Amino acid sequence: MLYFDHAASTPPHEDVIRTISEVMKLQYANPSSLHRSGAEAGKLVQRARELAAELFGVSPKEWIFTSGGTESNNLAVLGAARRYRTRGSHVITTEVEHASVYEAFQQLEQEGFEVTYLPVDHNGRIRIADLEQALTDRTILVSIMQVNNETGAVQPVKEAGRLLAGRPRTLFHVDGVQAVGKLKVDLKSCYIDLFSMSAHKINGPKGTGWLYVRDGVELQPLMFGGGQESGIRSGTENVPAVVAAAKALRLAMESQEEREMRMMALRHVLAEGIEKIPELLLSGPSSDGEGIMAPHIVHFCYPGMKPEVLVHALEKHGIAASTKSACSSKSDKPSRVLQAMGRNAACAGGGVRLSFGDEHRLEHIELVLERLKAVVTKLKPLERRER
Amino acid sequence: MVFDTVLLRFGELTVKGRNRGRFEQQMMRQVQSTLSIFPALTFTKTYGRIYISLNGTAYEPVAERLQTVFGIVSFSPVKSVPSETQAILDGALEVMRSYPDRERTFKVSVRRVYKKFPYDSQEMNRMVGGHVLRATPKLSVDVHRPDLELRVEINEQATYIFTEVTAAAGGFPYGTNGKAMLMLSGGIDSPVAGYMAMRKGLELELIHFHSYPFTSEQAKDKVIDLAGRLATYAGQPLKLYLVSFTDIQTSFTQAKQDHLIITLMRRAMLRIAQQLAESNGALAVVTGDSLGQVASQTLGSMNVIGRALELPLLRPLVMMDKQEIIHIAERIGTYETSILPFEDCCTLFVPRSPSTNPNLRVVETVEAHVPQLQQMIEQAVQETEILVIEPGGTSAKQAVESADWF
Repeated sequence: MLYFDHAASTPPHEDVIRTISEVMKLQYANPSSLHRSGAEAGKLVQRARELAAELFGVSPKEWIFTSGGTESNNLAVLGAARRYRTRGSHVITTEVEHASVYEAFQQLEQEGFEVTYLPVDHNGRIRIADLEQALTDRTILVSIMQVNNETGAVQPVKEAGRLLAGRPRTLFHVDGVQAVGKLKVDLKSCYIDLFSMSAHKINGPKGTGWLYVRDGVELQPLMFGGGQESGIRSGTENVPAVVAAAKALRLAMESQEEREMRMMALRHVLAEGIEKIPELLLSGPSSDGEGIMAPHIVHFCYPGMKPEVLVHALEKHGIAASTKSACSSKSDKPSRVLQAMGRNAACAGGGVRLSFGDEHRLEHIELVLERLKAVVTKLKPLERRER
Repeated sequence: MVFDTVLLRFGELTVKGRNRGRFEQQMMRQVQSTLSIFPALTFTKTYGRIYISLNGTAYEPVAERLQTVFGIVSFSPVKSVPSETQAILDGALEVMRSYPDRERTFKVSVRRVYKKFPYDSQEMNRMVGGHVLRATPKLSVDVHRPDLELRVEINEQATYIFTEVTAAAGGFPYGTNGKAMLMLSGGIDSPVAGYMAMRKGLELELIHFHSYPFTSEQAKDKVIDLAGRLATYAGQPLKLYLVSFTDIQTSFTQAKQDHLIITLMRRAMLRIAQQLAESNGALAVVTGDSLGQVASQTLGSMNVIGRALELPLLRPLVMMDKQEIIHIAERIGTYETSILPFEDCCTLFVPRSPSTNPNLRVVETVEAHVPQLQQMIEQAVQETEILVIEPGGTSAKQAVESADWF
């Protein structure tokens, strides 16, 4: 099986699996306990925090462990908006966010916040001018993803951060779940206040995520209890996963530049190959000089063909791919993200995502292209014609 | 990033006649080792200055680290251009354009160190100013209170253009003024005293007293974290001596002289410090005492306590207010660790009314009646645990050193 669904989840690294099982076996004490075993577990958690923070050049006290990308996004968006509501009740996000951000903003609307959803262009990117125009004196939060989970489009996070840098009362949250390890992330120079990450997207364990909370930013907790994570996120720390996730993060960050170059070259081959298949419609440009597409995601549509059919056909040929994002792939509705990009219903319903990882080489990409061509040839007679 | 070089200026050490060479060499070593995590940097030393070529390295993290190096008075991010008129004009404009384009005032200050340069400072002032003004309509000149001062320094080998001068830590390079022992309790004051001592060029070794099991493992961890922070300023690993004080402390509680117990403890600690100092070639003991802060820091107490030590007792904070000390602690990043609520042995068994004016004769008599005090002191010295704490080292790091889980 050629696993081309890395944007959904990644195979855990060997060292990650070993670390989890060793720590789980040896360090079972509660990190908050006073005795030596407790202190040892506590130090493991603290070391994981120090190491992760160091990788991003920030302070350990700015680093919160969560249960994953969804919780990080929820905590950032709801926690910041609710905490600073007295400053204003206007918040801004985009039409193409992951559900864990988008739905959190829908919740804020329920709570009486005014939400602006920024539109995107045909490549799935927001325009900075739109953001500038949307900002008001009452805007307390802007949330923009760095890399779109469905199409791989890269948002102008740095430009947005610069724009917000002169507005201390407007917090800037970035959903970096798909970006970590693939693109360079510079929290300081992008003036980011809150940054969400997930371990299982970078060969780490599921159920573990991180949220960077810039020193001085306060969040209203979503979970209450024993006061762990500086009271922002109560609950006994998942020691083995937290430690193993730190390892995954280190491995991902240390080889980021090399990975970006390698994957960019692979993406180029794959995207160009898809562009040459006349039935398929590539999302975004195939060659990317301006850094507007993430290196590990290729997305395309097959107008007139249900995406599940294509995914199932690919699976028969030994390729694991996704329709839309994995979490919403079971719903029948057309993709919100593709609609925002101006795709018509026939196409918005028909997106397929191929996302790859460290184990993939050029020969795998060529194999995928070959099989994709075969599948399209086979399916062509079944295309549904536009009426 | 418009700037390609960082210019470092030294202060006090330039006045040190014969020792200058040694100071400058140590300065260079400190700067290089502090910045060793940035492999692309290259260093050039000239009279009273160091130039660091960034070679693509980001400026901000370099600047952050430079703040920890003693002996640097100030530094500036600069753009270096060849010492040719057109290159200087273009460079100056590029520097001014790196600021957001809005209404602001500036002035130009040219320093012509290279006297063979065809235009003098005044002429260059006008030429650079005119060139910048023509190209950036939102700027205007104000020579008295400008928002930005554009400085141009023309040397033979290159011309340096900059606007910012950042104040740095000052003092002397680490270790250029001899070696001392720091009594590190874990509170707010002693790390600040250590910082001030290192800033004056003292090399430090650290001593911490614990009374396990009355004091906790966390109290020790706290001291390791503080030592790691101090080592950042040393720019090299620091030795931390952990001395078990349990036996001495409990024997004092049995002397039935509760109001003198702090005095007795402090004197015993100084005696242990003295032995550690002597066997490690240190010529002084540094403490975080601040006059009048607590009972053991009244002048009367200082007199009686200090007499236990033959070496100079250095008290960098003696004339400072608590608030000033806290400010420094916050700035050097020790405050938050210091206020963690773990008891150290100085807060243990504190009597309800400790003596603020102990009588030396009485103290000496009590000491003479504590059985085997001298032996206990010798034993404490012998059983000292020695840790080596790396710059930025933490107790968590120390604890997981052997595991390859990270």
